[in-house]
Amino acid sequence: MTAHTKGTGLKWVGRSIRRVEDPALIIGQGRFTADLAATHWVRFVRSPVAAGKIVKIAAPKGAMVITAADLKGVKKITPMLHKFNYKPVGQPVLAEVQVRFVGEPVVAVVTDSEEAAEDTADLVELIIDETTPVTDGRAALISGAPQVHAEAPGNVIVEGKFKTPEFGTAWASAHKIIKIEARSHRQNATPMEARAGHASYDASTGRVTLTCATQMPHLTRTAIADLLGMPESDLRVIAPDVGGGFGQKMALPAEYAVLVWLARKLKSSVAWTEDRRENLIASFHSRDQYVTLQGAFDANAKLLALKADVVANVGAYSCYPTTCGVEPLMAMAEMPGPYDFRAYECRVCGVLTNTCTMAPYRGVSRPVITFTLERLMDKAATAFAIDPVDIRRRNLIDKFPYTSAMGLVYDEASYQQTLEMAVKAIDVPAFRAKQKQARAKGGYLGIGFATFSERTGYGSPAFAARGMEIVPGWDTAVLSVDPSGYVEARIGSSPHGQGLRTTLAQIIADEIGVTPYVIKVMHGDTDRSPYGWGTFGSRSLVISGGATLIAARKVRAKLLTIASHMLEAAPGDIVLENGTAKVAGTDRSVTIAKLAREAYTQTHRFKGEIEPGLTETGTYDPPGTFSNACHVAIVAVDVETGRVTVEKFLVAEDAGRIINPMIAEGQVHGGIAQGIGNALLEEIIYDESGGILTANLADYLPPTAREIPPIELHHMETPSTTSITKAKGLGEGGTIGAPAAVINAINDALTPFGVEINEMPATPQRIRAVLRKAEKAA
Amino acid sequence: MSDKSAITLTINGHDHKIEVEPRRTLADTIREDCGQTGTHIGCEHGICGTCTVIVDGEPVRSCLMFAVQAAGKKIRTVEGLATGDTLHVMQQAFMDNHGLQCGFCTPGFLMLAVGVLEREPNISDDDLLDVLSSNLCRCTGYQNIIKAVRAAAKAMRGK
Amino acid sequence: MKPAPFIRHVPRTLDEALKVLAEVAPQDGRVLAGGQSLVPIMAFRLAKPAHLVDINEVAGLDRIASDGTMLSIGACVRHAAFHKSVVDNPLGKLLTYVARHIAHYPIRMRGTFCGSLAHADPASEWCLTAATLDGTMVAKSTSGVRLIAAKDFFTGIMLTVLEEDELLAEVRLPLLPADAKFGFNEFSRRAGDFAMAAALVIYRLQGGKFIDARVGVGGAEARPRRITQAEAALNGKAPADAAFRAAAEAAAAAIDPLEDHQTNGDYRRDLVRAVVRRALEHAAT
Repeated sequence: MTAHTKGTGLKWVGRSIRRVEDPALIIGQGRFTADLAATHWVRFVRSPVAAGKIVKIAAPKGAMVITAADLKGVKKITPMLHKFNYKPVGQPVLAEVQVRFVGEPVVAVVTDSEEAAEDTADLVELIIDETTPVTDGRAALISGAPQVHAEAPGNVIVEGKFKTPEFGTAWASAHKIIKIEARSHRQNATPMEARAGHASYDASTGRVTLTCATQMPHLTRTAIADLLGMPESDLRVIAPDVGGGFGQKMALPAEYAVLVWLARKLKSSVAWTEDRRENLIASFHSRDQYVTLQGAFDANAKLLALKADVVANVGAYSCYPTTCGVEPLMAMAEMPGPYDFRAYECRVCGVLTNTCTMAPYRGVSRPVITFTLERLMDKAATAFAIDPVDIRRRNLIDKFPYTSAMGLVYDEASYQQTLEMAVKAIDVPAFRAKQKQARAKGGYLGIGFATFSERTGYGSPAFAARGMEIVPGWDTAVLSVDPSGYVEARIGSSPHGQGLRTTLAQIIADEIGVTPYVIKVMHGDTDRSPYGWGTFGSRSLVISGGATLIAARKVRAKLLTIASHMLEAAPGDIVLENGTAKVAGTDRSVTIAKLAREAYTQTHRFKGEIEPGLTETGTYDPPGTFSNACHVAIVAVDVETGRVTVEKFLVAEDAGRIINPMIAEGQVHGGIAQGIGNALLEEIIYDESGGILTANLADYLPPTAREIPPIELHHMETPSTTSITKAKGLGEGGTIGAPAAVINAINDALTPFGVEINEMPATPQRIRAVLRKAEKAA
Repeated sequence: MSDKSAITLTINGHDHKIEVEPRRTLADTIREDCGQTGTHIGCEHGICGTCTVIVDGEPVRSCLMFAVQAAGKKIRTVEGLATGDTLHVMQQAFMDNHGLQCGFCTPGFLMLAVGVLEREPNISDDDLLDVLSSNLCRCTGYQNIIKAVRAAAKAMRGK
Repeated sequence: MKPAPFIRHVPRTLDEALKVLAEVAPQDGRVLAGGQSLVPIMAFRLAKPAHLVDINEVAGLDRIASDGTMLSIGACVRHAAFHKSVVDNPLGKLLTYVARHIAHYPIRMRGTFCGSLAHADPASEWCLTAATLDGTMVAKSTSGVRLIAAKDFFTGIMLTVLEEDELLAEVRLPLLPADAKFGFNEFSRRAGDFAMAAALVIYRLQGGKFIDARVGVGGAEARPRRITQAEAALNGKAPADAAFRAAAEAAAAAIDPLEDHQTNGDYRRDLVRAVVRRALEHAAT
């Protein structure tokens, strides 16, 4: 554990306690969707071609085969934005007339085992009249390109334009204009558990229980009830243990709707476990963007104006509920990053192509825009012949609250301080000396910095600003102390690895004076957890944490009232700790369990003062809060093979008050590993015909333990002024900063060759290609 | 469909008399025919290591073996690591060092690490890193897995 | 990703194995040894053999033996058998060094040496080893025994001259002179991934000059082979950087590079240049 500096003075918050999630998982008693037995197994027959019209579907005799023709009355998945010239396009849960990407589900085969389902699926014959596909975002914009949806002429489904009034003047006054043409290739979040669903019909109630690998159980229920035209009360959605999500499991899978439909039709249980190939080709992709970014700088290398153009390839359909606006519109809103400037012009668009649908992936657009913006700063530093650290010092925001050129309000943060902390810890002069020595021997080391702000805990205003028809943001916690004295918090978030059961228990423990180990946090069951938006976008600790704190404060107040009666003392004199209520400075005390019992069984004593029982609800909808960090990567580039080895990774980060340092650090570690993978290894590749060339884990390359260096973490704690727990989110920061730091480091290493690489992943082939070009020119 | 074979799989010392098709993988059989769902399946093509179990003392990918090939062999899975309520030092080390987040890859990492360390207790830290690169984890960035396994290796050697 | 159905045959003796293979081979029968390459292909249903002859129960196939000139490796010898030296000869050290580059530890527990050769993935470390050493393949069938030289064995990507009813029962590798030196280097994207290029070099020194140089390259062409141009660039030269570079350059120029969507011929040659030189540097250390 690295330094966790400031004590909070509180008892449980701020401590690295062991996770309450672990005991079951560590002995193999976790319960994941695929662990459930089912009567029927489904296999989806998927389109083998990227574009075309379905001519015929022929199934083997006697096989149970469901096609769009069977799903009459089932609506199309059609998420909506009411702004940004959005063109609603619908996705039939099974392809109806046209297929639009390789992997699109066309037929559901139902049998009694997974093996048999696959055998039957192999025998289903799809005859598709193929048409020419378009797979590249820029190519789809060219006049005459194949149209993916008739509703979106020119393939533009969403577009945002923004320009501040002072832009023209600022641009004209520039001393230097610096330009970056960046390309981020397509990636897949690749949770270790792929998607899985299990729908089970209960004959006695007519209800269906859908157990599935999802990050948002409540909205999955709302969405499927809408699609099938059924009462929500007839559907229960359970997110059991979920094996990672990273955004991929927040978008609604068409397949889950088919499972619920089948369970109702067959009055039985029906399961589907996505295999890894399906996951890689059909389970949502991300980060496929072209970004052109130009910065206008004054003579002191101070950024005056920023001009951005973003083309986001959003695939064949629009993901539910965020819509495919999520990448381009986030790029527009958050491109200004942590830098102080007033003039901003931006044009973003989402482009439909014959590729797998885009959905959020950890960091959403920010890994791409941070990579581009941080490349711009480094390139500007070179142009001004100043140090990359120096240009950041001159441009990072240092007064708060700060309203960005886009109008976002940044709460108190530490951009400058974390930069200095990182610079000191990494020892730049020592590195430069080592770099020089290495170069003399033909070794190429580089250092790369990335400074960024990470908007977290998005409340409803942030989503409403995008014009989303479904506006998530708030969340609810219901906290009960039962008559036995045990505590249960039921929450609308749906964690799947983040340790939220532990951190929320820490927050509650401090409020009501019990240990976290008597507190159970339950989530992920629409029958028991309050309506809420699940876990995504670094929101849960901020928003569920806030809702939980509000509920806990109410329970605390009630406990104090009851205690004041029992101990005959003023509530203000009573201290709740170690499971007891104590009159401060005396030995008079009563257990909290006893207080809880009284709350139910002695209500006549508190009549008029408190309601019976000990259950309180908190709801929280914050404006959002900005974490920040400085990432530093040190890499070695093998110029003969193009291999990049990340030798060291250092982070100075500030996510406000840290509830559990061990868990916080784990989040940062994991994010950085994904960011390094994104920067160097991971790429979904389509061929010209729209086929996927990276449909297995020997071709799509998440990093192993060998590719991830030791990560050194340094924390600052600038308490959030817009989050009642003072905590900020930090789930995505690692992924946001790491690609920029790594690719800046590669460019630093390659300085002697006078080359530049602005592509991610920066594969060995790409690095050798730029070096070869330079070698030939020399 | 090919005919099923009657076999006995011995998992964590318990015999499971089952009938399986020859094509049924050991991973599927452990989970579905023997009900031991602690072993997870992540890729079914031998890359991710999530399904790692120990067969006759050897850590192997259970997705790349057929169940019929494991008949008569001693199979160990995550469910058999602890002794009663006492966790194996590797399990304890994963908890103490936050070596797991979502927990999906964890059984595979535990069986990989235990399987290799029982065979090679004095393995070097660097070779151990090579071993741990056998399996994929998407949550932890490996930092705390490495820490946990090194701590447990020390404890196992000390025994 | 479940394999298609098949009938499994479990012979207990080599004769039984050859007999059943002769029977089922014409009906799309294949040999199952370690299964670490075949089973993934079956999971993707890129292969759907109707019969598998599982040779894991055949007595004696896990034998490794040396007769003083030759190391004989049986059909069920696992990669992990080479984690420790199997013969008191530089060959033992060579095999141990190469083995640790094969995939990952759990794969090495099951995968077999002969299975790798029969599978003939161009990226296979063992295929490169057999080609560089001019090993001999012992193919057996009910019709008899064929001895096939490594240079004649591989015919293309995952293609060999093995007949469908032949079992690669054994591979023989020549022991090396006591003063032989070897070096190995490979390039892969991640730890344990398939090599995008690999080089194995073996030589002796006489009077401070290379003699009997062997330079094998794998992963870069459809099949692994010795690159005679690179060997010629070494023999008679002093083991120094100039010779290493000349050999590396010769190898890069000599290959007919495999290309794919990410990897063009230029890049493959870059890798060959790098791995050959690094293998020579490894040998020299």
